[in-house]
Amino acid sequence: MSARKPLPRWADLVLVPALNLILAFVVSGLVVLMIGENPIEAMEIMLFGAFGYGEGVGYTLHFATNFVFAGLAFSIASHAGMFNIGAEGQAYVAGLGAIMVGLALDQTHWLLVMPLAMIGAGIIGGFWGFVPGYLAAKRGSHVVITTIMFNFIAATLMVYLLNRVLKPEGQMAPESETVEVAGRIPQLRQFWDYFGFAPVNMMFFVAIAALIFAYILIWRTDLGYRIRTLGLNSQAAHYAGVSNSRIMMIAMTISGAMAGMIAVNEVLGVQSRLVLDFVFGYGFTGIAVGLMGRNHPIGVALAAILFGALYQGGQELAFMMPGITREMILVIQALVILFTGAMEGLFRTPLEIMFTRISSSRQSTGAAEQATE
Amino acid sequence: MPDKVETSEQRPETAAVSQTGEMAIELIGINKHFGPVHANKDINLKIRRGTVHGIVGENGAGKTTLMSILYGFYTADSGEIKVNGKTAVINDSRHALQLGIGMVHQHFMLVENFTVLENVILGVEDSARLRPSLDRARGELKRLAEEYELNVDPDALIEDLSVGQEQRVEILKALYRGADILILDEPTGVLTPAEADHLFRVLETLRAEGKTIVLITHKLREIMAITDDVSVMRRGEMVATLSTAKTNPEEIAELMVGRRVLLRVEKGEANPGEVRLQVRDLVVKDEFGVERVKGVSFDVRAGEIVGIAGVDGNGQSQLLEAITGMNRPTQGEVWVNGKQITFTGDDGAAVFRRAGVAHVPEDRQEQGLVVQFQQWENAVLGYQDDPRYGTGVFLSLDECKKEAQAHVEKFDVRPPNINLKTSSFSGGNQQKIVLAREMSRDPDVLVVGQPTRGVDIGAIEFIHNQIIAMRDAGKAILLVSVELDEVRSLSDRLLVMFDGHIVGEADPATATEGELGLLMAGVNDKKDAAE
Amino acid sequence: MDAFTSFIFMLDSATRLTVPLLLACLAGLYSERSGIFDIGLEGKMLAGAFGAACVALITGNMWLGLLAGIGVSIAMALVHGVASITFRGNQIISGVAINFLAAGLSTFLGQNWFSQGGRVPSPPAGGRFDAITLPFADQLREVPILGTIYAELISGHNILVYIAFAMVPITWYVVFRTRFGLRLRASGENPKAVDTAGINVNLMRYRAVIITGVLTGIAGAYFSIAQSSGFINNMTAGKGFIALAALIFAKWRPWQALGACFLFGFLDALQIRMQGTELPIIGEVPVQAIQALPYILTVILLAGFIGKAVGPKAGGVPYVKER
Repeated sequence: MSARKPLPRWADLVLVPALNLILAFVVSGLVVLMIGENPIEAMEIMLFGAFGYGEGVGYTLHFATNFVFAGLAFSIASHAGMFNIGAEGQAYVAGLGAIMVGLALDQTHWLLVMPLAMIGAGIIGGFWGFVPGYLAAKRGSHVVITTIMFNFIAATLMVYLLNRVLKPEGQMAPESETVEVAGRIPQLRQFWDYFGFAPVNMMFFVAIAALIFAYILIWRTDLGYRIRTLGLNSQAAHYAGVSNSRIMMIAMTISGAMAGMIAVNEVLGVQSRLVLDFVFGYGFTGIAVGLMGRNHPIGVALAAILFGALYQGGQELAFMMPGITREMILVIQALVILFTGAMEGLFRTPLEIMFTRISSSRQSTGAAEQATE
Repeated sequence: MPDKVETSEQRPETAAVSQTGEMAIELIGINKHFGPVHANKDINLKIRRGTVHGIVGENGAGKTTLMSILYGFYTADSGEIKVNGKTAVINDSRHALQLGIGMVHQHFMLVENFTVLENVILGVEDSARLRPSLDRARGELKRLAEEYELNVDPDALIEDLSVGQEQRVEILKALYRGADILILDEPTGVLTPAEADHLFRVLETLRAEGKTIVLITHKLREIMAITDDVSVMRRGEMVATLSTAKTNPEEIAELMVGRRVLLRVEKGEANPGEVRLQVRDLVVKDEFGVERVKGVSFDVRAGEIVGIAGVDGNGQSQLLEAITGMNRPTQGEVWVNGKQITFTGDDGAAVFRRAGVAHVPEDRQEQGLVVQFQQWENAVLGYQDDPRYGTGVFLSLDECKKEAQAHVEKFDVRPPNINLKTSSFSGGNQQKIVLAREMSRDPDVLVVGQPTRGVDIGAIEFIHNQIIAMRDAGKAILLVSVELDEVRSLSDRLLVMFDGHIVGEADPATATEGELGLLMAGVNDKKDAAE
Repeated sequence: MDAFTSFIFMLDSATRLTVPLLLACLAGLYSERSGIFDIGLEGKMLAGAFGAACVALITGNMWLGLLAGIGVSIAMALVHGVASITFRGNQIISGVAINFLAAGLSTFLGQNWFSQGGRVPSPPAGGRFDAITLPFADQLREVPILGTIYAELISGHNILVYIAFAMVPITWYVVFRTRFGLRLRASGENPKAVDTAGINVNLMRYRAVIITGVLTGIAGAYFSIAQSSGFINNMTAGKGFIALAALIFAKWRPWQALGACFLFGFLDALQIRMQGTELPIIGEVPVQAIQALPYILTVILLAGFIGKAVGPKAGGVPYVKER
């Protein structure tokens, strides 16, 4: 019963995120300025590094591939009203599924390995999402805390497995065996040398498919309808005969499986073996991607490319401007999360007031009058 | 009852109501809007010092809003407040407390895991260390407890107390803060009859000491029993202030319900057919584990409208939830079309829908709609697994939209745009969206809660006609509404619910408003009155 | 070395590892008791560690370093406060942002200022909190049992260790025996009741959040200028999350927090000690199993399998005063 009206769709989907993003960049620019570098120049270097030449583009797309999976993982859980910050851990354990399939079938063909690895990683990542989902649905656990804990459990579990189980006899480094060439997912540079040494691989296309899958799942299926109903209004979902607990578990499982695709990309597309900490914070970046992309596949795709460019451009920047390290990306990421996620009201409230004024002056005898009893 | 000192200026009985010096509170021209809702319309009210002043009105009449303005919880849009003859600006509760105004809220403002003492001193601690405040409060509470018979263990945790005891803590809190004017919002709603009687004795003692008491209630029995004056509110307006001694329950009930022009509902005789819905000995608890429906049985036949009248909060909501699968009854049975309906999971609403029960929920914004959805998405809410809308995996957007379009046309939803966000529709049109969805499904049983709450006049008539049309099409309809007019004019049979029981059945055509009002207020409930 | 002495040594090591957990845990206690969830303890500690290391390095003064750590940490806490109290934002998201912000900024600025891969070099003499030998510790060392405990376990820590342990009774007193504590707890349980009692809920919450900043700042300084010397990239290593787990485990109570933190600190010490050692019967216990124990215990506790951890009722919900 607020006097303010909701924002028009375009403002909600484009204007607010754009303003938040600009603010995040302005603040980051100030940090750059503070250390005595030129933020405009830094921006130019980053843009060139990310999009200026083939290898840069290839890296940007490679990072973006991870961020699409991570962003969708966050978004799908968000649509069900669950805050999954466990994509990092879900992706990490999913590496087991990817490597097991890879090692078992590396005498065959990647066309067989890739889908089976996706299934393997999806099952394990999905399980790592399902458990917090189950605990939230059936035991009332706080999904945020549980997923944080599961990230740490995943980390210790993987250290153990890499040191004690997966490490081949006589090897020092805590890594698995290397997957034979036949079991590796081909990188696009093999077909198109434009990409230089960039590791972008076939999983890039899977990421595009995942975006479409997520769109269809959320907006075109019965299940997606239930997920959204639960996330927007759990009482209405209950009224509509939706089993809220079941949907929570399903959404968390899909979310975890989606995070698992990061593992396939990194393990079989880049490293060809399982290494420590291969997820490298991609899962966490998914939070920023999801928030920035407003949980919509198109938004997630754009935000993934943005962050892909930031990662790649940031590496380039660290190389060109010794004063700036790639942790600058982490700062920008933090600011994006802060402004788009936690301080949304900063722009939204003034904008709502502004738009309400505009629309009420345009139609002074509007439909608002009818709303009274 | 302790015989306290009576100074001459206290207890002026029913003397002249106009002398400002004797007024504890004067409200002049108070207005308050919540968005489009005009909750208080130009309210004028004078409350004499040293009296118990009742404020009655139906749910949503604006009583609580008015008192919250007085207590500084809301700020009035316009108007003046005078306390003890002086103009006062009350911006927050702190101001109200300084002016000697204390309030016992309907939902207690107590910290559950604090002790009684801790709650009492919260906000009025003497020093940074708690110990001295606690010691002083302990002594003061002991004194107050003896003086007013307000015994509670000062070291008990609130969560371990009964509601009646919690209320005593609230009163003690106000007294400890030195309140001269005490506002009680629906204080007996949660009390047993014995507890209520005790409360009234306390209030009488307070009055005897010269304190002013404002009692918000909808129970006429209480008004007659304890108040000196009574003000009646209706739809945000103050319609009358009377001396209790010179009025009677019938008059107040009429003023409360109002002589609104009855919206003429054209309806013919009902032709009740076979029994569609049977409810037997139903007992339902709310989410806090409190028993709210205490053994209710009734039948609804095809082709009749059975109305349930009653003041809000007497178990109607829980009854609706239990017969639509949203809450599992602790005892009793629900039968639809001769089959008992039970369920085990948390998707009971789907089970009942499949059995042929359609449900227009009381609170459409909270339950019946996802207001962030576009209209067409809400047109299938609850029926998302109906094969008409998809293969079981995919949702057929075309079919959903076709259905939504049909709803919009048949129910004249405005604007007729199925792609509009649901929150952009007015209250009446939102209700039409819900009704269209539930009625279009050709259900055997239609359960309707508060069909016209917050709906504009034009839409009310339309909605009423649709309900009648459903009846004439042979559906069994259960209608729950707190609008007495509405249940009276629509129902073929009328049940009155009070305190979780069905306390009477009336013929809507012949029962008078006064009779029904008394039933609704629990006056005729012999079991209760005897206590 | 006999078994007793080696056990004392382990307790000693556990004590050192407990300190940052305890400070962060008590920090979280203030915030969460007031109704503000804080998953940003980790970030605030990290920022505090960085600030303390920088200033201690430049000034050579440990106290200025400590103050700087506290200052930086309070600044981060205020970002959380503005987002979650004033803008009524999502407290979880804000906490996540704080963690990234601290991780990013500390490494970024560290590299820029000191060019050592994000490290901040060791402060000069006087820029670090050194161990204090309590009176008569050396004389009593030879006294069996009690002397050993006094000399090895109780004596010989830096001042921040003693501050951390002193914070337990202080916090207990503040939270349960003062006006401030009463209002703090009430804000986290039923802010509406606090409001109707004429107290400004948001102001209470801001004060709580600032205290959180002070304590995480001390914890941060402990990392960089007491326990070790100088700041390294991500040196808090998830301790903020363990502290959060301990807070839940302690059901938001100070003495229990001490117990939980000491348990987790002890597990950490055990894990370090057991690396590579074989136990009879069981064989070699993987250290990771011990490392994961705090997390697993927290998950089990949260799921209500061993008692129920119910946090402050109004936790995580911004207070909106109706108007």
